[in-house]
Amino acid sequence: MGKVLMKGNEVIAEAAVHAGCKYLFSYPITPQSELVAYMAKRLPEVGGLFLQAESEVAAINMVYGAASAGVRVMTSSSSPGVSLKQEGISYLVGSELPAVVVNIMRGGPGLGSIQPAQSDYFQATKGGGHGDYQIPVYAPATLQEIVDLMRDAFNLADRYRTPVYILGDGMLGQMMEPVEFKEVVNEELPPKDWATTATRGDGGPKLTNSLFLDPAELEEHNNHLQAKYAKIKEAEVRYESYLLDDADYVIVAYGTVSRIAKNAIKEARNQGIKVGMIRPITLWPFPEQPFIETRDRVKGYLTVEMSAGQMVEDVRLAVEGRKPVFFYGRTGGMVPGQEEILEKIIEMAGGEQ
Amino acid sequence: MELVFEKTKGLRDKTTHYCPGCTHGIIHRLVAEVMEEMGILEDTVGVASVGCSVLSYEYFNCDMTQAAHGRAPAVATGLKRVLPEGRFVFTYQGDGDLASIGTAEIVHAAARGENITVIFVNNAIYGMTGGQMAPTSLLGQKTATSPFGRDAGLQGSPIRISEMLATLDGAAYITRVSSHDVPNIIKAKKAIRKAFETQKKGLGFSLVEILSTCPTNWGLDPLESLHWVRDNMVPVFQLGVYKDVEEGK
Amino acid sequence: MLHEIIIAGFGGQGVMSMGQLIAYSGMLEDKHVSWLPSYGPEQRGGTANASVIVSDEPVGSPVISRPTAAIVLNKPSFEKFEPMIRPGGVLIVNSSLIDSKSIRDDITIIEVPASELANELGESRVANSIILGVFIALTKAVSEESVIESLKKVLPERRHNLIPVNQAALEKGAELVVQ
Repeated sequence: MGKVLMKGNEVIAEAAVHAGCKYLFSYPITPQSELVAYMAKRLPEVGGLFLQAESEVAAINMVYGAASAGVRVMTSSSSPGVSLKQEGISYLVGSELPAVVVNIMRGGPGLGSIQPAQSDYFQATKGGGHGDYQIPVYAPATLQEIVDLMRDAFNLADRYRTPVYILGDGMLGQMMEPVEFKEVVNEELPPKDWATTATRGDGGPKLTNSLFLDPAELEEHNNHLQAKYAKIKEAEVRYESYLLDDADYVIVAYGTVSRIAKNAIKEARNQGIKVGMIRPITLWPFPEQPFIETRDRVKGYLTVEMSAGQMVEDVRLAVEGRKPVFFYGRTGGMVPGQEEILEKIIEMAGGEQ
Repeated sequence: MELVFEKTKGLRDKTTHYCPGCTHGIIHRLVAEVMEEMGILEDTVGVASVGCSVLSYEYFNCDMTQAAHGRAPAVATGLKRVLPEGRFVFTYQGDGDLASIGTAEIVHAAARGENITVIFVNNAIYGMTGGQMAPTSLLGQKTATSPFGRDAGLQGSPIRISEMLATLDGAAYITRVSSHDVPNIIKAKKAIRKAFETQKKGLGFSLVEILSTCPTNWGLDPLESLHWVRDNMVPVFQLGVYKDVEEGK
Repeated sequence: MLHEIIIAGFGGQGVMSMGQLIAYSGMLEDKHVSWLPSYGPEQRGGTANASVIVSDEPVGSPVISRPTAAIVLNKPSFEKFEPMIRPGGVLIVNSSLIDSKSIRDDITIIEVPASELANELGESRVANSIILGVFIALTKAVSEESVIESLKKVLPERRHNLIPVNQAALEKGAELVVQ
């Protein structure tokens, strides 16, 4: 169909439709509102449904019901709304129900602002709700990457029976870029023989449930979940390496910040500082391998985030103290400029070259 | 030998965990019998809630899913909206679940006219957590968290859910019945049947509120508990049909 | 070739659509483009801006810190973006609405009395197209043909009757540059 110029929020929506998602349950919130408005028109065209829930709490529980019935289903929100969804997300995990949760992050805490932020990294990658769990988190940096990752997100959700996050910031939701939707043959996935679609013709009653009153049974369930996370860590890590081969210094950034950092890296190289970048595409599982490969030969890492310093903790864990790890962040909806990042690179490299 | 009575196929062969004298068991059986009699056991997905009835998913002999506290109507909405035609969805919720933490979900499910059936068991107290005050506890009722009796000035007055939901256009059938004696139990079963029939006809949201007992937390024996429903709850929660679109009510 | 363009003015003045039109035109020419709006309560009134990048290479940051061109449609935008323009860059001022003068001598400054010129064409709504005409004649970021082509795609069918007057406005803007 060629390239079309679309807004990020609309790309998420259209990419979900292309991935076979027919159901969206959401509540309006800036800066992701275009997503729900797009779906309200689009989903009926594919025989699906958008239902505006009375709250984010209700929305995620509608997702729980729909996922329990075995359909591809999604909810979308922005930071404060995603906090409200945490209870339901924990239940989705406990009941092993696949769904995609989109968070177009804005500044916090509290009502915060509506400007872009990456301050929900901890919430997305370290659990968020109650209980021992992990959720795969995809962090696209361009609108074309959204198109590709949405399908992967739904497939991963179905394959492992888990909710999956799409984490972007307000800029990604609001900006426009040309994108192309290519028809892809979907991979074969295990049948959803666990779904509660009523029993006619499918044998005995089925149950989707997260309650295990017997501690031994609950421990077994937890072991099962952890084994699943081990598999995901083994098979699903994604990252982009940028100019790492000869790099003395490495920027670590994800999402739109990585794009700003790329500009700063080009400028730094013009000035003779050899900088590269590791861009995690999955925030969980976090890509440890590129750090293992570089930490003995580079001189230092600089993590840049739109937060007060969240992903930097995972970077430090991956670097294991072998090299200094610096941090530069802006908060509250402020976006780090490429000049600021460049300054930090120069500082890290010990001043003007 | 002639078979004169058989356990409903709507319940599984499983001993329930309910306390002696609690009428959850009776209400489970009524719902199960209705599903069996309508021949919809294989077409139905039930949604269990949080509270004493959380384990209802182990008793009903149909597909079940277990919802977070108060969220059963939202879960039921998700199920009903994506399942093929001809599937039935019901929730089974207590008063803490439905009338306290889940008020937003129940009000909006009713307002949207979700074509689901809600079985609302009201015994004026939190059972599973150990006898705390419920939104439906009576004025003066002593509970673990209203030790001096529920005081309107301090804790507000009981919520009458059926009356409240009946004001919504999306509600098709709303009735309050009781489980305190046989004539009322027979009426309760008729109401449950009508609620499922309402769903079958696609008329919209149906809810049957059933007054129930909690001998353990009320500190009464089973018989005294039934009398307590009759003498104290029924005057506050009056029985009757509050909405019936088929009857133009 | 890299154009980093900021278009700024009051919400409702059409800065977002002007930016989209440039981005759309760039896409039609197989260039790499991005469009990033300021977003917030300023949907009507208040100051809004769009950052548009048109480039031969894939777009890195969609955020513009040193624009190669700024189109300003109100005074607060003039004050904010005039100092940020890259040396050698372009500042286009809607002088019908802004009385400030730039004292920079390292950029090209064009003042466009867009409202008056639009009235000369008998259509007050094409003021932005005149400014756009100035912009494309000056920067060659995209061609006039692409803009017309984009208008056909962006405007609903029932508004296609406005395309000729918009084309006239683009050309009027271009004439200003020649002069």
